[in-house]
Amino acid sequence: MARGTSRLQLACVAVAVALGLTACGSGGIKDNPSGASGGKDCGDLRIAVNPWTGYVSNAHVIGYVAKTKLGCNVTYPDVKEEVGWAGMASGSIDTIVENWGHPDLVKKYIDEQKSVEDAGPTGGKGIIGWYVPPWMAEKYPDITDWKSLNKYASLFKTSESGDKGQLLDGDPSYVTNDEALVKNLKLNYKVVVGGSEASLIQSFKSAEKNKTPLLAYFYEPQWFFSEMKLVHVNLPKYTDGCDADPAKVNCDYPEYNLNKLIAKKFADSGSPAVDLIKKFSWTNDDQNIVSTYIAKDGMSPDDAAKKWVDANPDKVKAWLG
Amino acid sequence: MTATQSGAVEKTTSEGTPALHVEGLWKIFGPKGDKIINTPDAQLSRKDLQAKTGHVVGIRDVGFDVAPGEVFVVMGLSGSGKSTLVRLLTRLIEPTAGTVELYGEDITAMSDSALLDTRRKKVSMVFQHFGLLPHRKVVDNVAFGLEVRGEKKGERRNRAQEMVDLVGLSGYENNYPDQLSGGMQQRVGLARALAANPDVMMFDEPFSALDPLIRRDMQNEVIRLHEEVGKTMVFITHDLAEALKLGDRILIMRDGEIVQIGTPDEVVGAPADEYVRDFTSDVPKSHVLTLKWVMRAPDGDPGDGPVLQSNQIVRDAARIVLDHDGPCRVADGDKLVGVVDDMDILRVVVAEDEG
Amino acid sequence: MSTATAPPPAPPDRTASASKEEQPYVELGKKRHTGAKLAGIGIFWLVMWLVFHNQMTRALGLQDTTPFHEWLNGIRDWVQLHGPDNWFFGGVLGFIGDFFNAVFEFLQKLVSIPAFPRPVPEIGWLGVVALATWVGWAVAGLRSTILVVVTMLLFGVFGLWQDSIDLLLVTIIAVVFCFVVGLPTGILMARSRATSAVVTPVLDIMQTMPPFAYLAPVALGFGIGPTTAIVLTCIYALPPMIRITEHGIRGVPDTTIEAARSLGLTRGQMLRQVQLPMARRTIVVGINQSMMAALSMATIAALVNGPGLGKDVNAALQIQNIGAASVAGILIVLTAIMLDRTTTAASERSESMGRSGVASVSGPGVMLAGVVLERLPRWATEEAGKGVRQPRLTSAGRWLVRGLWLIPTLVLVYFSRQQLILAQFPTRDDWPFLKYIDGKTVTKLVNDFSNWFIDKVDTFTLALKNDLTNWLINPLQNLLAESPWWTMALVLLAFAYVLGGWRPVVTTLVCEAIIFGTGLWNDTMITLTMTIFATVLVMLTAVVLGVAMGRNRRADTAIRPILDAFQTIPPFVYLIPALALFGASRFTAIIAAVAYAVPIATKLVADGIRGVSPTTVEAARANGSTKWQMITKVQLPMSRNALVLATNQGLLYVLSMVVIGGLVGGGSLGYIVVSGFSQDQLFGKGLAAGIAITALGVMLDRIARYAAERYGR
Ligand SMILES: Nc1ncnc2c1ncn2[C@@H]1O[C@H](COP(=O)(O)OP(=O)(O)O)[C@@H](O)[C@H]1O
Ligand SMILES: [Mg+2]
Repeated sequence: MARGTSRLQLACVAVAVALGLTACGSGGIKDNPSGASGGKDCGDLRIAVNPWTGYVSNAHVIGYVAKTKLGCNVTYPDVKEEVGWAGMASGSIDTIVENWGHPDLVKKYIDEQKSVEDAGPTGGKGIIGWYVPPWMAEKYPDITDWKSLNKYASLFKTSESGDKGQLLDGDPSYVTNDEALVKNLKLNYKVVVGGSEASLIQSFKSAEKNKTPLLAYFYEPQWFFSEMKLVHVNLPKYTDGCDADPAKVNCDYPEYNLNKLIAKKFADSGSPAVDLIKKFSWTNDDQNIVSTYIAKDGMSPDDAAKKWVDANPDKVKAWLG
Repeated sequence: MTATQSGAVEKTTSEGTPALHVEGLWKIFGPKGDKIINTPDAQLSRKDLQAKTGHVVGIRDVGFDVAPGEVFVVMGLSGSGKSTLVRLLTRLIEPTAGTVELYGEDITAMSDSALLDTRRKKVSMVFQHFGLLPHRKVVDNVAFGLEVRGEKKGERRNRAQEMVDLVGLSGYENNYPDQLSGGMQQRVGLARALAANPDVMMFDEPFSALDPLIRRDMQNEVIRLHEEVGKTMVFITHDLAEALKLGDRILIMRDGEIVQIGTPDEVVGAPADEYVRDFTSDVPKSHVLTLKWVMRAPDGDPGDGPVLQSNQIVRDAARIVLDHDGPCRVADGDKLVGVVDDMDILRVVVAEDEG
Repeated sequence: MSTATAPPPAPPDRTASASKEEQPYVELGKKRHTGAKLAGIGIFWLVMWLVFHNQMTRALGLQDTTPFHEWLNGIRDWVQLHGPDNWFFGGVLGFIGDFFNAVFEFLQKLVSIPAFPRPVPEIGWLGVVALATWVGWAVAGLRSTILVVVTMLLFGVFGLWQDSIDLLLVTIIAVVFCFVVGLPTGILMARSRATSAVVTPVLDIMQTMPPFAYLAPVALGFGIGPTTAIVLTCIYALPPMIRITEHGIRGVPDTTIEAARSLGLTRGQMLRQVQLPMARRTIVVGINQSMMAALSMATIAALVNGPGLGKDVNAALQIQNIGAASVAGILIVLTAIMLDRTTTAASERSESMGRSGVASVSGPGVMLAGVVLERLPRWATEEAGKGVRQPRLTSAGRWLVRGLWLIPTLVLVYFSRQQLILAQFPTRDDWPFLKYIDGKTVTKLVNDFSNWFIDKVDTFTLALKNDLTNWLINPLQNLLAESPWWTMALVLLAFAYVLGGWRPVVTTLVCEAIIFGTGLWNDTMITLTMTIFATVLVMLTAVVLGVAMGRNRRADTAIRPILDAFQTIPPFVYLIPALALFGASRFTAIIAAVAYAVPIATKLVADGIRGVSPTTVEAARANGSTKWQMITKVQLPMSRNALVLATNQGLLYVLSMVVIGGLVGGGSLGYIVVSGFSQDQLFGKGLAAGIAITALGVMLDRIARYAAERYGR
């Protein structure tokens, strides 16, 4: 009985302490001020996030600005590129902030369905290509020319490629002509799929460390270049239309002028964020800085964005002007 | 072979409606049981029918009457169809053919709702594995049948408590079944069956799962209850001793058929066939047989020994007969029907020791 | 003495009177020559391979498509264009979608995201923790409550409060839906053989189908976002709920049902008063299984923008941040353990529901029990029967006590609405001590450790991968994938026939036709190779571990919690270390699959070994069996049933993981599914790959099942 009573007291004390604590907590909760820009309410902004770090940088910098300067309620649905396009058409996504070409999708959604609009370039230049780790370029200087690839094919043999050389590819959603290239350039290689940006980076890291050969699909802008100077393998020069028929491609990837996309519905909504997205523009280097914060320094995308935005008030101002 | 085998009804109670009247009852297990019954296949033996059609004869052409207040025991080896039979009586298993009447009401022709009502009010059962609900307290288990038929909480609680007291479980009403021993659980089963105040109680090997000593207690309990409440009982067992102890009459089954119906002394004294004889060979005959079965015809002078009644059990009469020099007289009421001497008694007792 | 020979006495007619019991038929054993037949098939296969090597393999390039794939693309285009106006896509699916969306958003605003214009949700973290604590205590008791508190605090400490709560919300909505749909379905199936016969094959397919297979169609129907995540989760989590409910209702002993019938119960009364109460514990187990299944979908659902922790795992995998992936992974696992333990405790309690007041007012209630019990109103307590000393609470009384405890809970909820620090989980900026344990710290810790570790072992692990791949996987794959398609088709049919008789042959034939039709024969064979290889590894491991566990209580106590933990880890998390150690390859996918399937297979084997009757073991020991003989001659053969079942389950688990392994170099079908999901023109191909995976799963499952029926006795 006595035992029970003391426990009861204990419980009372615990509750009292809890209540006391809450009372000393920091201040009360006030409603959000809405629409800092003074104009219309921003409301929701749903920025698709595609699976590479550079993209994440674009998305969160725009998102951070929209949230803090325009009072938008920003969300970041993680979707692959094509799903993002479809999402803009169906109304579940408002914008894609780094688009790599996709002529087929442009035709379908922008030209035919007219459910998506081009929101102008990001300022970034996109390069896709085949890369080798630095030590290989040093040891085999001529490897940067595609013509000597067959000579070195046996170096790149792995358990996955059998008796051919291995060409490592990335995320299934990435734009790639690699299989057609291998075939049309008569290379003795087999395309092996790595799975993601992460696995490509991991592969390069371990190839450089262990001095093992590696030939892989990769792309710029890319924060990883600040950590390791991968060397581009030159394929036959890109000429207009040489990639018109996907099955007959025999030339390097074009240089992409990366652009932003915006859902028609959202563009017509009059949200102040529409202007922000259209005006947003920066360089590969800017993006790489933010990406490095995220991927290398392990910052959360929002913190990384904040850091960059705080350091570059002029650029941000131009987007809002 | 006896006359009772072909489903002919043996009327033992002359006046009034029997508590239970069964006639031409069949059960053939399997999807097409009702088709087979009208074909010659129905006459095949159980084994042959199974081999030929995959159907099993559970009960073949069974008929009997049970008088009100009687304890009617059905016995046979496992697989002989006892459980099937007792379930047919309340249509827990649908009969393939035949009729069952309960106090003149035809169970087999009843509508579903009438059948529910019969099960709720007129017949109740006690099962070998108790069939208690583990999530209900003892008293709620006992009251379950009453609850099902919609009685008010207060009333059914009172009635249930009475029953709990009646079966000697006072104090355990708030326990859960798994906190009780097997014997106690079966008492709960008994109380549940009694609670509905039914006209007929049916027991399907209720004590087979219990230890021998407990079993004896429970048998005595049934005898006591029968004396107190006087219900008609149909009692299934595979244990002849139990059958002899409890039964006013015994029905012996084999392969779904009736082999013999009779009082305990008839079954032991005049087994219908080898099967029954085999069964009864171990029974202490002096405990079962009445003088009727050991006496000789009173040829000549019956003498002047003490008069014993012909339905007296041999064991009970033995003392008197052995103490008396010369034969004793056996009478049925006032009428002299035979004589019995030491040798007649000893033959029964000694045969037993040898057996 | 007479010289005349007397006729010998007739032998007693044994058949008639040997025994009164019926004698069973004599079973005549048939020799099956399985080994010889298998060898025959093998020889045929090898010869065909030698002759037709690399011809007619039906290989299809990564970006190549077939008319069937184009046709599926056409359907997709149609749905995208006309879906919104269509009665089915826009109407039915649209309605379901809107409904789930609305429910989800409502709950999110309540507890996880800012409820505009408030900068925070309606109920802050403290309120949510308090409510969860109260629920945990009310249904499951003190120990689970502690687990709930710790887990939920970690949500916040690791800085993933919102995603963790979102995951809980998705799981809860999905499980509630599964319960609402699954319970009646299960009951119907238990009561009607016809319903059971119709629904069971549907459940079979739902369970054999790896989630990857229905990712794309569901996303097509519901768009991307929470709804799709919930629907995906429901598809995956519904079958266990239905199955276990059916099992529970059927599991009510016939004797009890019969006794109840004899009392004149109607069907409704039987259900409500007998079957449901008695199946209650099993049904709670169903909820538990359903929850675990739902959680394991978290990461897969994140591929279609499902909310919750899955997103964080995927994002971290993307940047190869093992630490960050682990933090989110740990939280998923903790969530799983929390829900698992809570529901398990709830089910155990529900069995003894209201048995003893001591159990049900345990924990904080104990404080009340001593003092207050006597003071509670009369209707709240009662004598607890003979042999149980304390008075106990009636069910009304239990709710009274729970109600009392709700008051402080609601007070905390109130405060969490008022104070920012109680609404938004504090970070290290608010509470500096958090910097020792928060998400960033743990992420760094894990990363440092894994970098150090991988650095030490990766030369070795890569060499291991290369050797095993070159010497075992590649030859097997060559045999399967470089034989002509018709050879493989025949070989599989022959295997099916030899192992399981003609019934699986029919299924195999149908499945082969489907796979052929999808145009992905060659990729299916590659997936099959990995599946077979991984399954063999799984069974080897499972037998070793399972025998140890089955024979030795201590080994069991040591290993079982690890297996439990492994089983609650969502599949993607397995990819993290595997990828780090073995690089992007088929072997990585295989290792992840093995890790994923070993727990279930091991448990089944262990249970099988333990199930061997102790009398038999004792008899064998009395005969002087050595330990080894005991295992190989008694315990393993006698648990053959369990072994077969373990193989079957292992196979299905492996298959679903091998497919996910497509993301880390596994290639073949899994990769095609994902690429179909990522590239416009590959949509149809991805969908076809999903179909092929399902067909492969059904085929393997059927062969294994019928083989089990034949050899498992
Ligand atoms: N549902 C059923 N389906 C098929 N055969 C049954 C069924 N129930 C009982 N039987 C068969 O009927 C015979 C009688 O069974 P039962 O009445 O249980 O015998 P008892 O109770 O005397 O042991 C047995 O051979 C049994 O196999
Ligand atoms: Mg029986």
